[in-house]
Order: sequence, then structure tokens, then C-alpha cells
Amino acid sequence: MKSKIILIVIVATSLFSCIKKDDPAPPSATNASTKITFQNFVGTKPLVLNTEWYTNANGDSFKVSTYKYYITNIKLAKADGSVYTETESYHLINEAEASTKFFVMGNIPEGNYTSISFLIGVDSTRNTTGAQTGALDPINGMFWTWNSGYIMAKFEGTSPQSTASGKSIIYHVGGFSGLTSVIRAATLSFPTTLVVKAGTTPNIHIYGDVAEWFGFPNVIDFSQKPVLMTLGKDLVNLADNYQDMFKVSHID
Amino acid sequence: MKNSFSLFIFLLVLVCNLWSCHTDPLLQPISKNTDISFVQPTNWPAPNYNFQNNTLTPDGFALGRRLFYDTRLSIDNTVACASCHEQSTAFAQIDHPTSHGVRNQLGNRNSPALFNLAWHTSFFWDGGVNHIENQPIAPIMNPVEMDESLPNVIAKLNADLSYRQQFKNAFGTEEINTQRLQKAIVQFMGAIVSNQSKYDQVKNGKASFTADEQAGYVLFQQKCNTCHAEPLFTDFSFRNNGMPITLDSGRAHITGLASDRFKFKVPSLRNLYFTKPYMHNGSIATLDAVLDHYMSGIVQSSTLDPSLQNQITLSAADKSKLIAFLNTLNDYEFVKDIRFKKQ
Repeated sequence: MKSKIILIVIVATSLFSCIKKDDPAPPSATNASTKITFQNFVGTKPLVLNTEWYTNANGDSFKVSTYKYYITNIKLAKADGSVYTETESYHLINEAEASTKFFVMGNIPEGNYTSISFLIGVDSTRNTTGAQTGALDPINGMFWTWNSGYIMAKFEGTSPQSTASGKSIIYHVGGFSGLTSVIRAATLSFPTTLVVKAGTTPNIHIYGDVAEWFGFPNVIDFSQKPVLMTLGKDLVNLADNYQDMFKVSHID
Repeated sequence: MKNSFSLFIFLLVLVCNLWSCHTDPLLQPISKNTDISFVQPTNWPAPNYNFQNNTLTPDGFALGRRLFYDTRLSIDNTVACASCHEQSTAFAQIDHPTSHGVRNQLGNRNSPALFNLAWHTSFFWDGGVNHIENQPIAPIMNPVEMDESLPNVIAKLNADLSYRQQFKNAFGTEEINTQRLQKAIVQFMGAIVSNQSKYDQVKNGKASFTADEQAGYVLFQQKCNTCHAEPLFTDFSFRNNGMPITLDSGRAHITGLASDRFKFKVPSLRNLYFTKPYMHNGSIATLDAVLDHYMSGIVQSSTLDPSLQNQITLSAADKSKLIAFLNTLNDYEFVKDIRFKKQ
């Protein structure tokens, strides 16, 4: 009988010997999560790809076919100044893929938070440290292979006013260093306190306004600048325009 | 009898489970017989890339080598990295002034030789790629080189069971993604070191220069060493060396700065014997003609390198001595090194 038990133990051990064990999760009694949802608009109209017509600040009409941007290095701040920093904080928001427009951040210390900050774009470190994966995988079509660096935000569409082939309007906004950097930081205060508490997952709704790309302070005339995708002042102007496009609409 | 049957079952289970931890020997990497460890040569500076986040292993190196020689990385499965970077020519491309891509397209620049890349601080003639791990995906996606998409490459590799096994050997699981593709190719490309030239033997006290080579070395140190700094024979800077002006703005294409117009990365002078034709556009066919360019062919322009404003003065005798020295930089071991061959 005893030898049978030993036999079973040995067999069981050998069965498990190839299974990689994960470390048990650390106790998280004081940590909790929140969800962030991005919703894109053009002015007050929800962004709908390919079919809906919109008008820019110059009075040019346009449709949107591709709309993607990076949200990275997210931080949540409490009123007392303490800050939660998301680890490996790289998110690619792609209007064409609903699943990319929301995500959950976990392991946040419980408490009352009053604002969120993040970068629109990928920090310079990840532009210069070699092969990346996940949201930063070049397979996502947001990386310039011939002039290393991420496209921080990408807009493609059509406009009757465009002078480019196929009436295209194409803006690939990239650049991570010096005067050509288009990395922009946004800090948004919450309209109501974000209460992070174990057992609940509040949802921060962030609205982004595509119209900001082409309005203040640099009005973009689609007939003059239908295609911009080379490092320099024009892309910096676009980033200066869209850096204010986000606001927290509500938390629920 | 019952007990011995139990024992048999026990042993069977044990053996099966032990076996499951091991790889089918038929799918093992092709060769593990050669040492691929990366050693910093004596008297060389520390490399810029040290495999810190991409541990060099025989499996990773073998996978990278297979990818380097695989035409499936191109859209029509006709062009591999090795098509424009042949080992026999120090991984440059002989007799092609500019590189030859899919659908018989020609690029506008000469395929650079590939060796000692771990010391490089940027890649391509214009330095547009800032990290060795981001280099491999540029020619794959360039329309006039391999013109392939990353999703297609990954699908093609995934369709090949032996590749999945090799990725598992190299990275622990069968997953094939861009990052692993990049890191594997760099395990091969970054490990290619050329340090067995006569020059290296002399520096290591194992050989001595002839009188002409020694005189050429002195001339080299007087007239060439500023840009082609020892021991790598490049300082990795971007300079306008007075070649005739063309539509290719070089470094300015990357930086957008007028002050970078017509500047190109200073190439290493190692292995010159194998890497003809010369210059960023392959427009000079012989080493003799290269020296003629520096002696009498410099084209003046606003970004011409200050060190070349007055051309380089060499007598005919000096020229032949300088060429004698330059020929001590050829590494005949490296171009036939079995580790770097297609397996």
C-alpha cells in the first residue's frame, strides 16, 4: 500500500515536472483597477470611418478612413499629489478596431484620484532602444522603418479640396527628438472624483476631437497641405493642434 | 506479477514525460558545432551593441542565419538579405553599383558590407536607422528591395513547422513575431566580426608589415585616419567627401537639415579588396580610382568636409604604398568563415 502511494507521488511529480509554475499573485488588498475608454468625435459628431462627411476649420469637407494614435506613460494623480504610474504603459488606439478603444489598468492603489496625464505618442526611449512588441510592434503600421521612429498619430482620408492623387489627405505625425519632436503631454482633470476601490472598476470616458488637428492654432488648408509625413515644422504644427484634443467627459 | 506490471506502467509514464521535455532530434538546429560567442577583440573599443537584451545563443544565431539566407522574406520569394550581402564579398554585393531588389528593381545606393556591425551607432548610408534591431525590417519593407509586409513574412514563417521549432529553440516558445524576427536576425548579423586581417595580425604581434605597407600605414595615419579611424576604420560620422552631386541628399533625407546635404556615413576600409565598387552609389570601380578622386576629383560644395577642402596630396609612389597598406585590411578568413555560410 505504502509503495503504491510513493508510486503515485512519483508519477504525479513527473507529470508536473514540465509545467511551468507561475509565482502566486501578490496580495492586492489595497490595489484595484479602472477602465479607460476613448471615444473619437469630429466636433460634436461621433467619428464614423469611411462614410460620414465632416468640415474642417478652413471650410474644407473631408471623410476619414484611418485614425490611430498612441497613448502612453499614463499616470493618475490624487489631490495630495501622489501618483500612480502604469507599468509598460503603451496603448495604440485604432478607430477601426473597437477592442483597442478601451483598456483596464490594474494594480492601482485604492483612493480618490483627480486627474490623468499621458503622452500622445511614444517616448523617445522606446524610439531608440531596438525591437519592441505589443502595441509598439512595427506590424501595427505605426513605425517608420527607413528613418527610425514611431508614427505617433496617423490620419488618412479624402477631401474634394485635396490636390493629392485620389483626393487623399494623409498625415503621419512622427518625430521624437529636438525641434522635430511631436511627443505631446496631456493632463486632464476629472469632472468628478475617480474612486478606485477593490471590487469596482470605474470607467474614465475620454473624448477626442479630430477637428482639433486642423484648427487652432495652425489652420490646415487641404488644398495646400494634403499630405504631410516628413519630419519637420508641418508635423510639429499638427501636434501643437491636436495636443488639446482630449477631455474627460465623465466617469461612470 | 501485478507489482511488476505497475512498475512497467510507472516507468512508461515516467519515460514519456521525460521525453516530452525534449525536442524531436530531427528538428534540432542544423549545426551546433561552431563557437559563436561574441568576443571583443583586443585593443578594440567596447561594442555599441552587446546583446544585453538579446542573449546570443547557438540556436538564436542559427535561426538568424537561416532567416538571413531565406528568400521568403521578400514578396515574391526571390530576394534574401544574402542576395545583396554575399559572404564572399564581405557581405557586400560585387559588380552591382546599386542594390538589386525584387522585380529587377535597382536601388539608388551601394549595398554596404556587413561586418563589425555591433560597433555601429547607426545603419544605412544615411544613418536613418538608429538601432541594429530595427535594421532588418527596413529592407524587408522597402519597395525596391524586398517589398514584403511583416504580416506576410510572419505568416510564411509560421507555415513552416521547422521555423516554429527553431523559434522555440531560440526564444522558448513557438511564437513568431516581429520582435523575435528582428532579434534573431541580429544574433547572426551582429555577431559577424572581421578582425583577422594582416593589420590585426601585425597589431597583435603575429606578423609584420613589409616596408611599403609600413610606409603606407604612416601615410594613412597622416591623411585618412581622421575619418577612417582605427581600429574599425570608420568614425561612424556623416561627411560629404566631394563626390559629384546627385539627387540623393544623403543624411539630410533623414534630418531635414540643409547642413547635412550630400553627407553619407563614413564606411570602414576593412575588406576593401572584396567590396568594390566603392562609394555610396557604387560609382567608383577601383581602389586606384578612389584615391584619384581624393587627389584630384573633389567637387566643392557648401557641405564638403573641411578636411577635404584642399584635396589629398599623394605622389605616385605614395599612392602605391597606401594601397599596399589598405590591402592589409582584407580578412581572408572572414569571407570563408564556415559559421557565416548558408547551412
